[in-house]
Amino acid sequence: MTPFEYDYLRGFLKQRSGLVLSNEKQYLIESRLLPVARKASLPSISALVAKMKEPGAGVLCDAVVEAMTTNESFFFRDKVPFEHFTNTMLPAMLDARARDRRLRIWCAAASTGQEPYSLAMCLKEAEARLAGWRIEIIGTDLSNEVLEKARAGVYSQFEVQRGLPINHLLKHFVQNGDTWQISSTLRGMVQYRKLNLLENFSSLGQFDIVFCRNVLIYFDNQTKIDILGRIAKMLPADGFLVLGAAETVVGLTDAFKPMTDKRGLYQTAAAGAAPSTQRYGTTGAATPAPAPTPYTRLATVR
Amino acid sequence: MKNCLVVDDSSVIRKVARRILEDLAFETSEAEDGMKALDMCRKEMPSAILLDWNMPVMDGLEFLAQLRREPGGEKPKVVFCTTENDVAHIAKAMRAGADEYIMKPFDREIVEAKFAEVGLI
Ligand SMILES: C[S@@+](CC[C@H](N)C(=O)[O-])C[C@H]1O[C@@H](n2cnc3c(N)ncnc32)[C@H](O)[C@@H]1O
Repeated sequence: MTPFEYDYLRGFLKQRSGLVLSNEKQYLIESRLLPVARKASLPSISALVAKMKEPGAGVLCDAVVEAMTTNESFFFRDKVPFEHFTNTMLPAMLDARARDRRLRIWCAAASTGQEPYSLAMCLKEAEARLAGWRIEIIGTDLSNEVLEKARAGVYSQFEVQRGLPINHLLKHFVQNGDTWQISSTLRGMVQYRKLNLLENFSSLGQFDIVFCRNVLIYFDNQTKIDILGRIAKMLPADGFLVLGAAETVVGLTDAFKPMTDKRGLYQTAAAGAAPSTQRYGTTGAATPAPAPTPYTRLATVR
Repeated sequence: MKNCLVVDDSSVIRKVARRILEDLAFETSEAEDGMKALDMCRKEMPSAILLDWNMPVMDGLEFLAQLRREPGGEKPKVVFCTTENDVAHIAKAMRAGADEYIMKPFDREIVEAKFAEVGLI
């Protein structure tokens, strides 16, 4: 791979998925893209790059983008965010949304489904308090490949042993030889859609809780700021944002502020000014209230 | 320092497990069957037990049942670690008083995750 080809790939990936590669990531490109090249019967990365520039290379370009994403995920990853979900976010929402009894949760980089399904398990455990509630979990990701796996909900013995308590495995999975499939009840609680965070996602509607974990780390600051700003617009003043353990808003944006004593948990800047239990309450006079009832449209998408 | 008793009839598995556990800052001891493990527990209850199922003399399930009847036997966190990987076996182990369950093959990440799960780390 020539330096020129390397720069081309870097620019291409930055533009298509936001992925920022530093100067010395040739080895990463080689290890991830040689299989893509081989699959397309191309002998080298150079040949792959040449092919990508030809008209009609859309499918190949998508494959390159997907191959460069890091999809690792575990059930109940980092544990604490899910404790926050059950002990902080859920009780707050049960109170604040008692009239509507509706809750919308977004996993903005759902990968192979462990995160949305962990949330589904938390909700299932809290079932007794949620009678009559309509709860949506939407999982989105850039990569079709991971979404297919997420939808199938089939995991290896190795995958179900990293972070998943054994009692949850017994309760929420069906065994099939060496693999374990998440129960149809839980699968039915999550909808998956392909979505690139670089693109406009406002059509997803308003959410109460957004998990956006371990994806912003791959982007540059400007991209992070842009995405965080657009997520902030989709959350009411009392909504919650959850970031990954190595991610923060501090030093990037004022759209969110970290919650005291709740690591990884953020609320919109409006929340602190005047805690609001109103569905779409915003305190800043400059911010127009978002259009109400995004549910009706989304509820029909399945 | 927390101590973990590794109970497995395979010396290779015991060695691998000990290495992982020592990296996790556990003091370790080992036994090759349930009977020997029970004798050791009667002398001193460990904080954790990593327990194989199929062993000569006394198997893991029998050991667990006996352990939980001993004075102080409710104290150790017991994590099964076995090739038995079907729902029936897992459910049986949990009913007998196991705290967690590892299906072999295992690695350091799984041991760490499971020990964290039961509050040992
Ligand atoms: C490491 S996984 C995170 C999974 C999960 N949130 C977690 O924390 O375990 C990162 C995911 O982000 C996705 N991703 C990368 N760039 C993206 C983009 N521009 N838009 C949407 N998803 C993207 C990747 O496909 C990958 O599945």
